[in-house]
Amino acid sequence: MSEEHQNNLAARLRSRRVTLWTLIVPPTVWAVHFMFCYLWVAVSCAKLGGFARFPVAFVIGTIVALAIIIASGAVAFVQSRTPGDPPPHDESTEIDRTRFLATATLLLAGLSVVGVLFTAAPALMLTDCR
Amino acid sequence: MSLHAQDDANLRAAQEERLRAVWKPPSGWFFRWTDVNNNRVGMWYTLTAFGFMLFAGVLALIMRAQLAVPANDLVTASTFNQLFTLHGSMMMFLFAVPMFEAVSIILLPQLLGARDLPFPRLSAFGYWSFLIGGVFVAGSIFFNVAPDGGWFMYPPFTTRTDLAGLGADIWMLGLSFIEVSSVAAAVELIVGVLKCRPPGMRLNLMPLYAWYILVVAVMILFAFPPLIAGDVLFELERLLGWPFFDPAKGGDPLLWQHLFWIFGHPEVYIVFLPSIALFAMIVPTFSQRHILGYPWIVLAAVGTAFLSFGLWVHHMFATGLPKISLAFFSAASEAVAIPTGVQIFVFIATLWAGRVVFSTPLLYCLGAIAIFVIGGLTGVMVAVAPFDWQAHDTYFIVAHLHYVLIGGTLMPLFGGLYYYWPLITGKKLSDRMGRTAFWILFVGANLTFFPMHITGLLGMPRRVFTYPAELGVDGLNLASTIGSYLFAAGVLVIVIDLALSPKRAKAPRNPWNAGTLEWLAHPDDEDWGIRSVPLIESRYPIWDQRDFVAKVDEGRFFLPDAEEGRRETIITTTLDARPAQVIRLGTPSVIPMITAVALGSVFILTTYHLYWLALGGAVATLAAVLVWLWSTAEIPEKPEKPIGHGIVLPLYRSGPAAPGWWAMFITMLADATAFSGLVFGYYFFWTVHPNFPPSGPGMDGPGAFWPMVAMALTLVSWATTVAARELNARGQVGAARALLSLGLAVTLASLFAGLAGPWFSDLAPKLHVYPAIVWTLAIWTAAHAGVGVICQAYTLARSLAGRMTSEHDADIRNITVYFHFLALTAIVTYATIGLFPSAS
Repeated sequence: MSEEHQNNLAARLRSRRVTLWTLIVPPTVWAVHFMFCYLWVAVSCAKLGGFARFPVAFVIGTIVALAIIIASGAVAFVQSRTPGDPPPHDESTEIDRTRFLATATLLLAGLSVVGVLFTAAPALMLTDCR
Repeated sequence: MSLHAQDDANLRAAQEERLRAVWKPPSGWFFRWTDVNNNRVGMWYTLTAFGFMLFAGVLALIMRAQLAVPANDLVTASTFNQLFTLHGSMMMFLFAVPMFEAVSIILLPQLLGARDLPFPRLSAFGYWSFLIGGVFVAGSIFFNVAPDGGWFMYPPFTTRTDLAGLGADIWMLGLSFIEVSSVAAAVELIVGVLKCRPPGMRLNLMPLYAWYILVVAVMILFAFPPLIAGDVLFELERLLGWPFFDPAKGGDPLLWQHLFWIFGHPEVYIVFLPSIALFAMIVPTFSQRHILGYPWIVLAAVGTAFLSFGLWVHHMFATGLPKISLAFFSAASEAVAIPTGVQIFVFIATLWAGRVVFSTPLLYCLGAIAIFVIGGLTGVMVAVAPFDWQAHDTYFIVAHLHYVLIGGTLMPLFGGLYYYWPLITGKKLSDRMGRTAFWILFVGANLTFFPMHITGLLGMPRRVFTYPAELGVDGLNLASTIGSYLFAAGVLVIVIDLALSPKRAKAPRNPWNAGTLEWLAHPDDEDWGIRSVPLIESRYPIWDQRDFVAKVDEGRFFLPDAEEGRRETIITTTLDARPAQVIRLGTPSVIPMITAVALGSVFILTTYHLYWLALGGAVATLAAVLVWLWSTAEIPEKPEKPIGHGIVLPLYRSGPAAPGWWAMFITMLADATAFSGLVFGYYFFWTVHPNFPPSGPGMDGPGAFWPMVAMALTLVSWATTVAARELNARGQVGAARALLSLGLAVTLASLFAGLAGPWFSDLAPKLHVYPAIVWTLAIWTAAHAGVGVICQAYTLARSLAGRMTSEHDADIRNITVYFHFLALTAIVTYATIGLFPSAS
C-alpha cells in the first residue's frame, strides 16, 4: 500500500463518527457471541442430547465475532491517533472527545477479544452434555 | 446580558431574590413533604436507606448471637429463616440499591452543574414508593410473617402456599414495588447524565462518578425487569395456581433461578460500581492530581457492566446443567476480574503519582480496597465450577460475599459519607471518631468473616439455625460473633458522630480542596442548586479554570436568573454538551406521593388477596398518573429565552431532542426486557419438554387464526399512530385526530383478538405450564394494548384541549415510541403462541 493510500484510509476512518453506540460495539459482539454459544449448547443438549464437535456455525460465529471486534478496535486505534494537541486529551474540544471515546473503544475491544476467546475455549475441551 | 452586566451588585441581588423565591421549599407540617427538590428528596432517601441498613444489621446481630455457641436456642428455626431472608433482602433491595440512587439524586445535579435532575417529581415518586414498600417488607418480621425462603426465594418451597405463607407474597409484591421505583430512578439518572450536563462538559470531561452512574442505571434497565417477569410468574403461581415452577404440571423451578440470577448477578455490580465511583471522586482529591487513565476507568465500568450479564449461571453451578454451559459462565466469571482489577490499579497509580493527603475518607477507601481484593480473589476461586461444588452453600460463600459487599459497597459508602458530609450539611465529621470507627470496622469485618472461610471449608452449611458441637466449628463461630458485634460498635461510633454533627461549626467551603464541580456548594446552601450554569473546560474546573468559583457565584455563566418565575435547567447534547434547550422543571406537588400511595395499595392489597380493592387502587393510580401527566410538556408562553452570552435556547422541543422522549424510550427498554424474560420462559419450557406444546384437553390452542388477527390489528394501530404523528406535524390536525380515533378502536380490537385465541381454545392455565405461559404472554400483550388505548385517548384529549399542536407535538411523538415497542411485543407474542406450535 502506498503511503498516500494509507493516509487516505486513515483519514476516512477518522472522519467516521464516534459515539456512545460505537463505544459499545465490541462488548455487544461479545454478548451476542456469548448468548449464541449458551443457547446453542442449551438447546442442543436439551433437544438432541449432544452437540457436534466444532460445528461449522460455532467456528464461523467465533471468527466473525473476533473479526468485528478487531475491526472496530483497529478503527478506534486509528481514530485515537487523530492528530491534535498533545496528551492527556482532556480539553473540551471535539478532537479530544473523539480521541477519548476511540481509546475507550480500543480498550473495550481488547477486553472483548479476551472475553470471546474465553467463551470459545470450553468448546475445545468439552465434548458432551454431561 | 453580558459578562459586564453581572458587575452590577443590585442586579445580582435581584436575580438571587428571584431564584430564591422560585426554589423556595414548601412549608407546613404536611406540605414540606411534598418537596421535589433533589437535595431534600435525596436526603430523605439516604436517611431512609441508612435506617434500613441499621435495621438489617440488627437482624444479623441476632443471627450471630444465635450462632455463637453450638445447639443454641435463642431463636427458633422459623425465626432464623426470617432473619437471614430479611437481612439479605433488605441489605440488597432496601439499602444497597436505593442508597446508590439516593446518593446519586443528591450528587448528580451538583456534579453536572444542573439546578435539578430533569424529572424531580419522578424522584419524589421513587422515594415514596421506596418508603412504603420498604416499611411493608421490613415491618413483616414484627408480625412473624416475614419472608423465610432465602433472599433468592427458590421455588418450589416458596411457591407452595402450604409451605410458605404470606411472607413469600410480601417479598414478591413489596419488592416488586421497589423494583418499579428503581427503574424510575434509572430513567431519571440516565437522562440526567446524558442531557443535563453543563455546556462544554463533553463526554471526555464528565466526572467519573457520572460515568459509573450512567453505566449502573443502564444495567438496572436490563437487570431488574427479568426479576419483575419472574415475580409475575411467581405470583401467578401462588395466587392463581398457574404451575410455572411446579414439575408435576410441566413447570420447572430452574426457570425461577435463571430469571432471579439474570437479575441477581448484575445486581452485585449494580451495588459495587456506584461505590467504586465514590473512589473515583475521592482518590484524585486526596492525591491532589487528575486521575490517571480516565479511559481505563470507562473501560472498567462498561466492560464490567457487559460481562456481569454473562455470569448468572455461576450461582447455579450445582444444579446439574451441562458442564459446557457451566464452563461458558465460568469463563465469563474469570474475565470479569480483568476490568475489576484495572480500576483498582488505576486508583493505586493515581495515588502513587500524586501528593497524598492521608484523610479519613481516603483511609476508608484504602481499607475497602484491601477487604474487597480478598473477596474478589475468593470470587475467582468460586468461579471455578469444581471448587464451587465443594464450597457451594457453605459459609465459604458467606465469607466471600460479605468481603465483596463490605469492601465493595459498605466501606466506600462510609468513606463517601465522611467525604460528602460537608457538601450536604456544610459541616465536617470528626476525623478522630471517623478513624476510630474505621479501625473497629476493619478489625471487626475481618474477625467476623475471615474465620467463615474455614468454617465453610470444614463443612458448615449456610442458612442453618444451629450446628452440633461435633462439627468442631464452635471456636470459629464464636470469633465471628465477637467480630460482628465489634463491627456493630464501629457503626455505632459513626452514628454517634453523625448525631453530634448538628452541634458542630460550619466548615469552610470546599474543605478538601477538591477540583470537581460539586464542591461549588456553599456551606450555607441555597435551594437553587447552582447560581449560574458554568461553561466547563476541564475535568477539574475548580483547580484548572481561572476565577471559576467567583464567576459561578456572580452569575457570570449561563441562566443566572429566573425572570419568568419558573424552575429551569439547561438541556445539552449527548456527546458534546452543546446547549439545546431550557426546560421547566416540576415544582413541589402532592401528586407523586399520591401516585406512590395508590400504586403501593395495589401491591399491598394484592398480598392480602383483596383483589377488588386492589383494582380500585389501580384505577386510582391511573387517575393520578393522568393528572400528573396533564401538567407535563406544557406549551411555553414564548418560544425561546436567552441564557446569557448571546445564547438563545428554545423552551419546547419534541422527539429525540426532548428529555421526555428519552424517558419514554428508556422505560420501554425496561418493559421490553421484562417481556423478553417471559418469552424466555416459553422457549425454556420448550427445551425441557420432549413434546412442547403438549396436546390434550385444555392444552390444544391457541391456534394461528386469532393470534394473526391480533398481530395484524396491532400493526394497523401502530401504522395509524405513526401516520397521525406525520399528519399532525404537517398541520393536518383534523386528519391526525381522526386517525388517532381510528387507531384507538383498532388497538382495542387487538386487545380482544389477542385474548380470543386462548379463550376460544379453552386453554386451562392451572392444568399445565403450556396453557399458563400462553395465557401469560397473551395477557401481557393485551394489557399493553390497553395502555396503548389510554395513550391514544390521552393524546387525542391533549390535541382537543389545545395542549398539543402541530409545532408542540411531544405527546404524540412520545406515544409513537410506545407503539413501536407495542408492535414489537405483539409480533413476538403472536408469532410465538400462534406460529411456533406448528413449526416445532
